[in-house]
Amino acid sequence: MSQSNRLLALIAALLMIFAYFTPLWQISLWAPQYPEGLNMKIWIDQLSGDVAIINGVNHYIGMKHIGVEMFPEFTYLIYVFGFIIVFGILTAIIAKRWALYTFFGMIILLGIGVLTDMYLWGYDYGHNLDQTAAIKVPGMAYQPPLIGYKELLNFIAYSGPDTGGWILGVSALLLTFAVFTELRKKKKSIAI
Amino acid sequence: MKTKLCLMAGAAIAVAFAGGCKPKGAQTVISGDAASKVYVAPGQHDEFYSIVSGGFNGQMSVVGLPSGRVLKILPVFSVHPENGWGFSEESKPMLNTSHGFIPWDDLHHIAISTTNAEHDARWAFGNANNTPRIARVDLTTFKTVEIIEIPNSGGNHSSPFITENTEYVIAGTRFSVPTGDDKDRDVAIDTYKENFRGTISFISVDKEHGDMDIAFQLEAPPFNFDLARAGKKKSHGWFFFSTYNTEMAHTLLEVNASQKDKDFIMAVNWKKAEEYIAAGKGKKVPVKYAHNKWDESTHTATSSIRTEVLSLNPRDFKDIVYFIPCPKSPHGTDTDPTGEYIIGSGKLAAIIPVFSFTKMIAAIENEDFEGNIDGMPVLKYESVLHGEVEKPGLGPLHTEFDGKGFAYTSMFVSSEIVKWNIETLEVVDRVPTFYSVGHLSIPGGPTGKPHGKYMVAYNKITKDRYLPTGPELAHSAQLYDISGDKMQLLLDFPTIGEPHYAEAFPASLIKDKQVKFYKLEENNHPHVLKGIKDARVERDGNKVHIYLTSIRSNFRPDNIEGIKVGDEVYFHMTNLEQDWDVPHGLAIKGANTAELLVMPGETATLKWTPDRVGIFPFYCTDFCSALHQEMQGYIRISPAGSNTPLKFSTGAAE
Repeated sequence: MSQSNRLLALIAALLMIFAYFTPLWQISLWAPQYPEGLNMKIWIDQLSGDVAIINGVNHYIGMKHIGVEMFPEFTYLIYVFGFIIVFGILTAIIAKRWALYTFFGMIILLGIGVLTDMYLWGYDYGHNLDQTAAIKVPGMAYQPPLIGYKELLNFIAYSGPDTGGWILGVSALLLTFAVFTELRKKKKSIAI
Repeated sequence: MKTKLCLMAGAAIAVAFAGGCKPKGAQTVISGDAASKVYVAPGQHDEFYSIVSGGFNGQMSVVGLPSGRVLKILPVFSVHPENGWGFSEESKPMLNTSHGFIPWDDLHHIAISTTNAEHDARWAFGNANNTPRIARVDLTTFKTVEIIEIPNSGGNHSSPFITENTEYVIAGTRFSVPTGDDKDRDVAIDTYKENFRGTISFISVDKEHGDMDIAFQLEAPPFNFDLARAGKKKSHGWFFFSTYNTEMAHTLLEVNASQKDKDFIMAVNWKKAEEYIAAGKGKKVPVKYAHNKWDESTHTATSSIRTEVLSLNPRDFKDIVYFIPCPKSPHGTDTDPTGEYIIGSGKLAAIIPVFSFTKMIAAIENEDFEGNIDGMPVLKYESVLHGEVEKPGLGPLHTEFDGKGFAYTSMFVSSEIVKWNIETLEVVDRVPTFYSVGHLSIPGGPTGKPHGKYMVAYNKITKDRYLPTGPELAHSAQLYDISGDKMQLLLDFPTIGEPHYAEAFPASLIKDKQVKFYKLEENNHPHVLKGIKDARVERDGNKVHIYLTSIRSNFRPDNIEGIKVGDEVYFHMTNLEQDWDVPHGLAIKGANTAELLVMPGETATLKWTPDRVGIFPFYCTDFCSALHQEMQGYIRISPAGSNTPLKFSTGAAE
């Protein structure tokens, strides 16, 4: 494992620390009555933004109340991130290829895991509605988009990474580059 | 017969000639691009806020300029059933006075707070003309947050004018009245000259929070004090008051107060007065006045009665008060943006005198006096005069400034505005108003930094300007473009109540500081509910407290039983919303008060004494959501002495 890739692994691991101080994801809603938009931020262990207002709006369609206490993820994600960061730092120290590949794999799995989790929660919120809700539109579900924009009744919903999410993306890119160069080097050394 | 024909022909010719000289109507005054100058496109904001006095409605209007659109009616001295002002338990103390609760007053003048003689627009002050009071409005919430009663005053017209850093807001009495204890005040009216006093109150304003306090009262001669302006910049430290009825008449003033050729502008060296007060020269005088404050944390007003005021007799100190002779019952007295010139508008005078502050100081130093009043010097007119504006028009009332060296004076009798050069005293332009203009308002006009773009004329007579609405017509305001050499009429707009004075300032000063809602966690109302779980009903003897929450779109509780005829029922409603523009209302059938309109995060209380047995509906009055019409509840009222158990619920399954 090259010196530069050791450095990349270290940077990628350290960048992940931002996940504790910046929001990872955001969901925004616009409607004629909310030209300024409603915004909810998802952090590693909490929600912030206009959550109460979004809940107020959602109760008309019978959507469950969104609250930090409903998501067990908020209790263990800090440890998952911590584990991966420590592993990343160790990778830079021991400078073994297998460690780099494992570190990379962990980040990819984390990304896939988080997105799948969000999709499942979104599905649950969007489909399992209170049958006594005031507004019932036959055939209508309110699952938010996983990434991008979607129209839901009078609202336009957007979902996408926030600061921390983008930084994680940079971590993943740095590692992708490191893994790629290591793989090429290995091929070359095998060829020789 | 022949002579008669001749006379008729002569009359016809005269009419024809007169017709040729007839002033042009408004239609011809408007030029082509006026509409685009006042057009504020949908979704766009006005450039200026104007806070307009409501006159006999006791309120203030908030108007956008240049569009002339009314943005809000802001209750001050009058009850406002629309939002429960004066009806909710929390707001009732705001209208308390030493005479008890008063539901109305007459609000004439506005003063917007300043720092270094420029608008900072933190607060708007307004005067109660009838039962003398001064109110302070917070311009981040557009709410009246303080009202202080003025003792020893009768008709608080010369008010509320402020010093350049809002150190003081003043209140001069229009009617002089006897002061002191009961036997001093129970006097024959014809002992006016001996027993009546004209008090001028200096009310200090806390730099940080705006809290008012009567610092001292000056015991001036029993004249009528009409209007006032503080000196600014070079004349900072002085205050100028116009006076009339220096004849000291107490009956048929129309005639008896118009006899003297000159009345006075009273110049007060308030810095000196301040020194004497600090040196303990003030005398404590027993009085009775109310001081009412709104607490934004408890969303509740409290009223306290004060019983003492510091009085300063300027006769004892020769260097506080000086009189400047001013022709014919001056109405407005205004100081120009530099603070050098003091303009007196003698409403019956044929000229407008302009006095020089520099000359006044020199005259005082040289003791250039022509006499005295109770030992207080009267300065020589000529020694203080900068010059006179010749033939300005008829009935000058008020003067505002554009910051470019020009003054604009309203002419009530000749119904026009006259623009003149302050230095050269030349009249440079005049335009008609429709009809009989009172006050003028230029954004920043009374400050050291006018924004000389627009001018509004507040007219006293409306006649044919709008679609007629029976005997009573909306008072008309007119907007002029004053950016060029010639004043140009742009717009007529109707107003609310009877505006007297108004002040306008750039919207950018406060637009981004507006409070959008009150934070629930900072609500310290004794009956606040922080969530729906706390909603409940409690009985305490014959008092029943209903702790009610409102959130789109339900009340909790909304089914209440066990209340009896004759109970005193208090609805303590907390609006749980934490979003802008979501007030909830509360109206109860048969309640002989008014509705409540509760802002997000606020708690308010409505008292109701049910007078008969039955089921009483209540509902939300402010269209809050698609299910607003479902936001309702029922209260069962049982006969007095019955045993219906106290019960409350929301959303129990059918």
